[in-house]
Amino acid sequence: MTKTNRRNRSNNVAGLQKERTGIPGFDEITGGGVPAGRPSLVCGSAGAGKTLFAMEFLVRGSLLYDEPGVFVSFEETGEELATNVASLGFDVKQLIADKKLILEYVFIERSEIEETGEYDLEGLFLRLGYAIDQIGAKRVVLDTLEALFSALPNEAIIRAELRRLFRWLKEKGVTAVITCERGEGTLTRYGLEEYVADCVILLDNRVQNQISTRRMRIIKYRGTSHGTNEYPFIIDENGFNVLPITSLGLNHKAPTERISTGVERLDRMLGGEGFYRASSILVSGTAGTGKSTIAAHFVDAACRRGERALFFAFEESQDQIIRNMRSIGIDLEKYVKPGFLQFKNARPSNFGLEVHLALIHKTIAEYEPSIVVVDPVTNFLAVGDQIDTKSMLTRLIDFLKTHQITAMFTSLTGSTTEVEDSEVGVSSLMDTWLLVKNIESNGERNRGLYILKARGIGHSNQVREFMLTEHGIELIDAYVGTDGVLMGSARSAQAAREKAAMLDREQMRQHKQRELQRKQALYEAQLVALRGQYETQRDAILREIEEDQRRESVAATQRVEMARLRHADMKVEVEGNGARKSRKGTAER
Amino acid sequence: MTSTPSKRSRASKNGHVKQGDSGSLRRWNLRLYVAGQTPRSITAFQNLKNICEEYLKGQYHIEVVDLMENPTLARGDQILAVPTLVRKLPQPIRKIIGDLSDTERVLVGLDIQPR
Repeated sequence: MTKTNRRNRSNNVAGLQKERTGIPGFDEITGGGVPAGRPSLVCGSAGAGKTLFAMEFLVRGSLLYDEPGVFVSFEETGEELATNVASLGFDVKQLIADKKLILEYVFIERSEIEETGEYDLEGLFLRLGYAIDQIGAKRVVLDTLEALFSALPNEAIIRAELRRLFRWLKEKGVTAVITCERGEGTLTRYGLEEYVADCVILLDNRVQNQISTRRMRIIKYRGTSHGTNEYPFIIDENGFNVLPITSLGLNHKAPTERISTGVERLDRMLGGEGFYRASSILVSGTAGTGKSTIAAHFVDAACRRGERALFFAFEESQDQIIRNMRSIGIDLEKYVKPGFLQFKNARPSNFGLEVHLALIHKTIAEYEPSIVVVDPVTNFLAVGDQIDTKSMLTRLIDFLKTHQITAMFTSLTGSTTEVEDSEVGVSSLMDTWLLVKNIESNGERNRGLYILKARGIGHSNQVREFMLTEHGIELIDAYVGTDGVLMGSARSAQAAREKAAMLDREQMRQHKQRELQRKQALYEAQLVALRGQYETQRDAILREIEEDQRRESVAATQRVEMARLRHADMKVEVEGNGARKSRKGTAER
Repeated sequence: MTSTPSKRSRASKNGHVKQGDSGSLRRWNLRLYVAGQTPRSITAFQNLKNICEEYLKGQYHIEVVDLMENPTLARGDQILAVPTLVRKLPQPIRKIIGDLSDTERVLVGLDIQPR
């Protein structure tokens, strides 16, 4: 019987229709909700949240999807149920009045009952059928069906009737959620999972380190892929909240937009424009180095741009943060009222890691901030070990990136550990890592700020001295000399020395300038004198040349005259080559 | 068997079948819930009548409720299983489920015979 049932069911599974539960997160991990028109089993131990899950399935179904529902309760009266869920903001009575919900309380007291011969559970079928038809219900909850086993003595009849019930529910085409107590080593105490084979959901509430965490797991979901991990969930004032936060993958967008750090000098260290939007920033440092202050600046800058910021503080109260930041000239309070800034303050030990993550998710989803500050992440180590914390932060970072939220995490490093060792081990997940460090020298302690890494940003590799002033953070160039980095008074002394040296250099420069001018004047005077000399000598030489020429021509004339007197018969070239003439003349002489 | 349905249908239409002496000291007010005229319902009714006639002659009052016709009535007495016999009077209320074929247990259930 069971086997044929199962086969039939799995044949029908092709093209499985799903029905949204409306429970935040649940529809995401199941890819659309519970199988439509089929019964699903929700099992868990006492207090795991089965009844609430079932009730929310109905309430949200009728509110969100206009699908009326019937709640068959074997344990609590309608009045009790309504009161229980009223604290979660569900007005069950109103839904009942609007004919969108029927609470059917089925009570059987074994001591009142005597069994004589054969019977069946047609009475239950009729009641349920009547209720379904009355409001046209699409959803049915049976909570907790196993009460039948303790109420009626004949288990064989119950089993046969349950099998008939599930078949009947399917024929009715209603989507049913059946809750079951978890048994020892089995999913359900009476093996009901055998009958409901399509979808089995396990709710669990585990206590670790005295902190309880609720988790949900889809054990089985025929004909569909589903997340197989355990998903933490929380039950708070808004009811059930499942958080599909295991792996979100690495396919988030990386915007090129840059946003200011809130500290002008720090922006300049980061290529002049600050962080990338949707990146994650780690600010690590020892106690009292000003990590929170950097975060406050970042928040301040965001609020000033008109963006919304969310501040998760795990160490200080909202008032304390506001007071402390006011002392350095940052007024965060003015952003709180218009809704630009929201604080979420909690001690890490209040909840387990997963619940923290869940709450962070929830708050972010509700508030939709564009920047988030977590101060400090290291406090999570008080709740979980390093592996758990890292896993949780990885998921948080993934989540934030997917939502294009810029996140700043502060991390407290112990004074004994290596400064660059971010204790949580998340530095590799971060895009930008600022390190604030106390540098002790010459009997004083000064703060230094480094950028250890900044993915995709050309950044300064210099150490800056980091000062908290009345108007916020100031970054000052630190001096790097043979004695290392100079800060504080040493830097001032160095600055004074530098100033003196600069004055010296200035004087020297002026002196040289004057000397140059002097030299120029000197050279120019010499130049004039030399020119005078030259001109005098040139004139003398020219005069000599002229004298020579005159003498030459006179001599030539005399030679001609002499030749004429001697009656020489040589042909005389009066004109022509003077040189030859003169040579000949000389030779004749 | 063929004669019973007419009797039964009368019973269900009227809502109750009055039997016996109304002036009796002890008054047994019994209500039998059934779901349609199934063989099991008929058997249960006959079994009940036989027992009443034998042990409670003149002191009982049987009301048959067919839940097929009045499903809302199942709520009041918290009926799950059918047939269910409810002893409304004398108090306290007792419920006996099944087709009442085990006379011994019916008598115990109705407190006619001590356990």
